[in-house]
Amino acid sequence: METRLRPRQNPTFDYVRSPDQSAAASAHHLVVIVGAGPVGLSMAIDLAQHGVRSVVLDDDDTVSVGSRAICYAKRTLEIWNRLGVAAPMVDKGVTWKVGRVRFGERLVYSFDLLPEEGHRMPAFVNLQQYHMEEMLVARATELDGIDLRWKNAVTGFDQTPDRAALTIDTPDEPYTLLADTVIAADGARSSLRALMGLDFEGRVFYDQFLICDIIMTADFPSERWFWFDPPFNRGQSALLHKQADNVWRLDFQIGREADPELETRTDRLVPRIRAMLGDDVAFDIEWASVYTFKCRRLDQFRHGRVLFMGDAAHQVSPFGARGANSGVQDADNLAWKLALVTKDLAPDGLLDSYDDERGRAAHENLMNSTRSTDFITPKSPISRLFRDAVLDLAEHYPFARPLVNSGRLSLPTRYDGSPLNTPDAHVFACGPAPGAPAIDAPLANGTWLLEQLGGQFVVLYFGSSDQAPPVMVVSRVPVSIVAVDPESQTAARYDGQPGTAYLIRPDQHIAGRWRAFDIKKVETAVGRAIGLEP
Amino acid sequence: MTENLNLDPNLDRPDDFYEALLNTHYGLSEDKSRDLNARLILILANHIGDMDVLKQALNAAVPPPGESSGA
Ligand SMILES: Cc1cc2nc3c(=O)[nH]c(=O)nc-3n(C[C@H](O)[C@H](O)[C@H](O)COP(=O)(O)OP(=O)(O)OC[C@H]3O[C@@H](n4cnc5c(N)ncnc54)[C@H](O)[C@@H]3O)c2cc1C
Repeated sequence: METRLRPRQNPTFDYVRSPDQSAAASAHHLVVIVGAGPVGLSMAIDLAQHGVRSVVLDDDDTVSVGSRAICYAKRTLEIWNRLGVAAPMVDKGVTWKVGRVRFGERLVYSFDLLPEEGHRMPAFVNLQQYHMEEMLVARATELDGIDLRWKNAVTGFDQTPDRAALTIDTPDEPYTLLADTVIAADGARSSLRALMGLDFEGRVFYDQFLICDIIMTADFPSERWFWFDPPFNRGQSALLHKQADNVWRLDFQIGREADPELETRTDRLVPRIRAMLGDDVAFDIEWASVYTFKCRRLDQFRHGRVLFMGDAAHQVSPFGARGANSGVQDADNLAWKLALVTKDLAPDGLLDSYDDERGRAAHENLMNSTRSTDFITPKSPISRLFRDAVLDLAEHYPFARPLVNSGRLSLPTRYDGSPLNTPDAHVFACGPAPGAPAIDAPLANGTWLLEQLGGQFVVLYFGSSDQAPPVMVVSRVPVSIVAVDPESQTAARYDGQPGTAYLIRPDQHIAGRWRAFDIKKVETAVGRAIGLEP
Repeated sequence: MTENLNLDPNLDRPDDFYEALLNTHYGLSEDKSRDLNARLILILANHIGDMDVLKQALNAAVPPPGESSGA
């Protein structure tokens, strides 16, 4: 069986000269997004759906190259569904829910994410980052109001109180753009961060990982397999996970001393993979590279007119699939706020709540990914001792299984205590509290709750539609009404006794909830959620 | 109300426990004993469960400043 190298041919997008490049005076745009990765593209799409135009600059002319993100969590898929792009991802991707953890020769534990029935989106979908980005580019291209400029590299920046200015290199001569707001979504090596001289602080991990995507038609199940100390990679870890088109992600920890150049050579790689998968499996290699990981963040995500998001704002290790997932949730948080501020419907201070809310999320994600990395790569004899003790015990006793940490899978952050929340004044037995994301549920008419909520302020009212409050406008911001039967599955998930009302933000997080609808209270809560109330 | 770590005598039969502890380690290499202790700590911690009590126990086990463990 001959193993071949079969690198993927990415699509390329044309550089198109913009009229801005020939303008006598620098063009001025409301929003310029730097970086057309998953985060910048999601932001552009979200803004466009809110009716806000943007210019998106990317220094490259293609989608993600090589092995990067594969796992997208339910909340991210729900956001992408709101952005009109989840369906092709779910169709093309691999849905999975079972994980198996091995220690040495033994299977110590399996888990089933056992997703609750009655949600539109699955717990996880695996899909190569290049496919995901291509779908985002297609969606961005079909919407009005997104001016996507490939081969436009930002090389200079400055800002004054009334505008930001970007210098941009192109295949033609460089040009300058002015903007009210700049979104820095230019990735872990963010040029804007460097141009602004901002520190990116945290921890660097020295363990190296050999990441390899192979193409094979083996009938391994669609499960996540993780090995601690396997016979084919002694003293280290390994991972096997399925992606679309019969591509499989392999990930081998190879220690601090390994030589990356040597380890990615086919004559070394093929025997390594055979030792893992067995001699009778035929495969080709799509990509192989060696990574080290960092867990670090900007202290502040807002710097005047510049808002940082995604890897440019925070970088996590891949254990737990939090990078793209959290970046898309950044966009989800900021887009509606920026749309309101841009349309002069909310004060500029609303943008500060982005730093507050997504700062908490970054903290949570960094903590989780650092903990996973420490479990997977113990840094001292004592940490290895406890790690191995946990794995030994997990094989025999259920109590030890929650301690096994091969990556805590990404859950959405609840914005507990955010200044935009109206705290509960009533007791709820269940349901999302203020700050938490809305929970999906099937509706009687065959649609889904989250799809009904859409991307604007909504009052979710439990009661018959003739008793439901009318559509409202609070300080020029429209608030729509979704009335749901108090006997429904939705009501069970929200403790939706008759008369109960939830106020839900455009990013589908809860702003407030009450046992009875009171227009004054809802108006005050909307005001608070758009930064009008202290 | 948070529970307090009990640092007063609480073992039913202290001498029996101590003997059983040593017997469990009897004949083990230093490495095997270390592994056993790690497992034992995890098993006991799970039985306690309460994070506040566990934190107090972790603190109580740290040698007071300036004091060596006698080694
Ligand atoms: C091995 C590996 C596995 C991973 N697995 C997962 C996973 O399973 N799930 C998950 O959620 N995440 C995962 N991640 C993380 C994920 O890949 C990143 O978090 C994600 O790509 C971040 O998106 P972004 O848009 O912020 O940045 P990027 O994807 O880095 O995009 C930044 C864009 O900005 C452009 N750019 C940079 N500088 C400039 C400039 N000066 N001017 C103009 N454009 C510029 C770049 O060309 C690029 O297109 C993984 C990462 C790795 C390395």
